Amino acid sequence: MMVSFEGVGLRYGTEAEVLRDLDFTLDKRGFYVLTGPSGAGKTSLLKLLYLAQRPTRGRITMFDQEVTDLPREALPPLRRRIGIVYQDFRLIEHLSAFDNVALPLRIAGMSDADLEQPVREMLAWVGLSDRARAKPPTLSGGEQQRVAIARAVIARPELLIADEPTGNVDAEMAQRLVGLFSGLNQLGTTVVLATHDLSLVKQVPGAQLVRLEGGKLSDPTGALRHPPQRREEAGA
Amino acid sequence: MSVLRMSAAERRLLPGGRLSGATPWLIAIMTFVMMLVAAAGLTVSHGAATLEDASASRYTLQLPGGAGKEEALAASIRGLPQVRSVEAVPREAVVDSLERWLGAASEGADLPIPALAEVTLTPGADAAVVEKAARTKFPTAQLSSSRSTLAPLVRSLRALGWVSLGLVLLIGLAAGAAVVLATRAALAANRSTIAVMHGVGATDAQVAALFQRRMALDALAGALVGAAAAGGLLLLLFGAGQVSERWLGGGAPIGPGALFVLALLPFAATLIAMTVARGAVIATLRRTP
Ligand SMILES: Nc1ncnc2c1ncn2[C@@H]1O[C@H](COP(=O)(O)OP(=O)(O)OP(=O)(O)O)[C@@H](O)[C@H]1O
Ligand SMILES: [Mg+2]
Repeated sequence: MMVSFEGVGLRYGTEAEVLRDLDFTLDKRGFYVLTGPSGAGKTSLLKLLYLAQRPTRGRITMFDQEVTDLPREALPPLRRRIGIVYQDFRLIEHLSAFDNVALPLRIAGMSDADLEQPVREMLAWVGLSDRARAKPPTLSGGEQQRVAIARAVIARPELLIADEPTGNVDAEMAQRLVGLFSGLNQLGTTVVLATHDLSLVKQVPGAQLVRLEGGKLSDPTGALRHPPQRREEAGA
Repeated sequence: MSVLRMSAAERRLLPGGRLSGATPWLIAIMTFVMMLVAAAGLTVSHGAATLEDASASRYTLQLPGGAGKEEALAASIRGLPQVRSVEAVPREAVVDSLERWLGAASEGADLPIPALAEVTLTPGADAAVVEKAARTKFPTAQLSSSRSTLAPLVRSLRALGWVSLGLVLLIGLAAGAAVVLATRAALAANRSTIAVMHGVGATDAQVAALFQRRMALDALAGALVGAAAAGGLLLLLFGAGQVSERWLGGGAPIGPGALFVLALLPFAATLIAMTVARGAVIATLRRTP
């Protein structure tokens, strides 16, 4: 089990709860597709998952430890095991595409010599080899999104969280990127992907659809109650 | 990511050449003022010490109404082991100085003119023994220390020294506050970069190191400029003062220890700026989730 939520609720300030009574577990091998109308709280749920937000009630367990009120100093090592694709990319504007992608490796202490090759390979894979020195403001929306994805997966995270990762790319690139996520999932990464594009679910055999509406989760396919079988079996 | 060994890539995380254009200048001005005040304080303290040293073994032997007996008075204690030197003050000199105090009127008046001798005792000598020796021949002779006449002056010089130390600390405090403000502004300007760094697992220490390094460079540049300006001005002032210093027999206006303290000041300022910046960053980051 990768993640478990028990009676989790979240409210911003004094507003009504955006998320309430969330009870679910995510399996280590799972590939979850989170949908729901705009404003349903998908991004908020993902923020809880990537430890940028603490719940206002309930308990969250990740990586076999309770993270609900872990002290601040304990969070960075956990965050290094999580890859994030933000809905708004959040690239560092004054850094080149290369430096943006290399950031997680640098923060983890890898030397420039060691990270050169993996970063080049990653950029080639998302089709941005010739844009390695470009700064984000000079990249198209789709190119920025690919840099953001490359940054999220470069450090081989155990948990990959992507918020609308294919919103700005054409269908062919979307398929390629989902293929990348699926490949990582096969190598052992848990994937949680928020999207409005339900066709993505069909592209990944064994993907579990989860729907967020009115602050509550429903799982039409029963994915959360019955963790997935091995992907090969599920896909067969 | 440590502050001292930071790669070019890590340095690129903060854009621009410096934290904020005004910071180095602010620190330059504060260092300049701080060094001048410190130099003044050290000079005054040094002066007080010199004065005290010089007056410590100086005494005046006085015989009221003993005009004309100056030489005999001096001879009464000359040769004692406690006495390093003794010199009779010529009668004319005494009259002269009396005139200066009392005006020409003293000439006609039948003032009792004392006999005086200036005495330097050996260090640690007991003045009472010397006075007793003088009294065997002149029972009304008095030996008085110059120290007691100079004491109020020495005390106020000492106080001035402490006042300047207080001023230096106050300026340092103001500089620290300025560094905190500059650091906070820099944090706000780089909020999105910090969020991304945290997202990929950067520790607060890693984030702080970036700002700390930048602040150290800004502070060092400012402190060196301020120190150079202060140093130049002090050289000018003390260079001119040197002549009068020699005349007073005081030697250098400040000791080598004090010079060392002054030279250390800009580096201390840099170190403090760096530490304060780090503290400000960590404190601000703690308030984010
Ligand atoms: N930082 C915040 N402070 C206050 N309210 C917030 C904050 N972030 C989100 N909200 C509110 O919480 C609700 C859920 O927002 P959220 O971004 O999680 O929705 P979403 O499902 O990701 O929407 P979309 O599909 O448009 O991205 C919205 O009503 C939003 O206005
Ligand atoms: Mg969203």
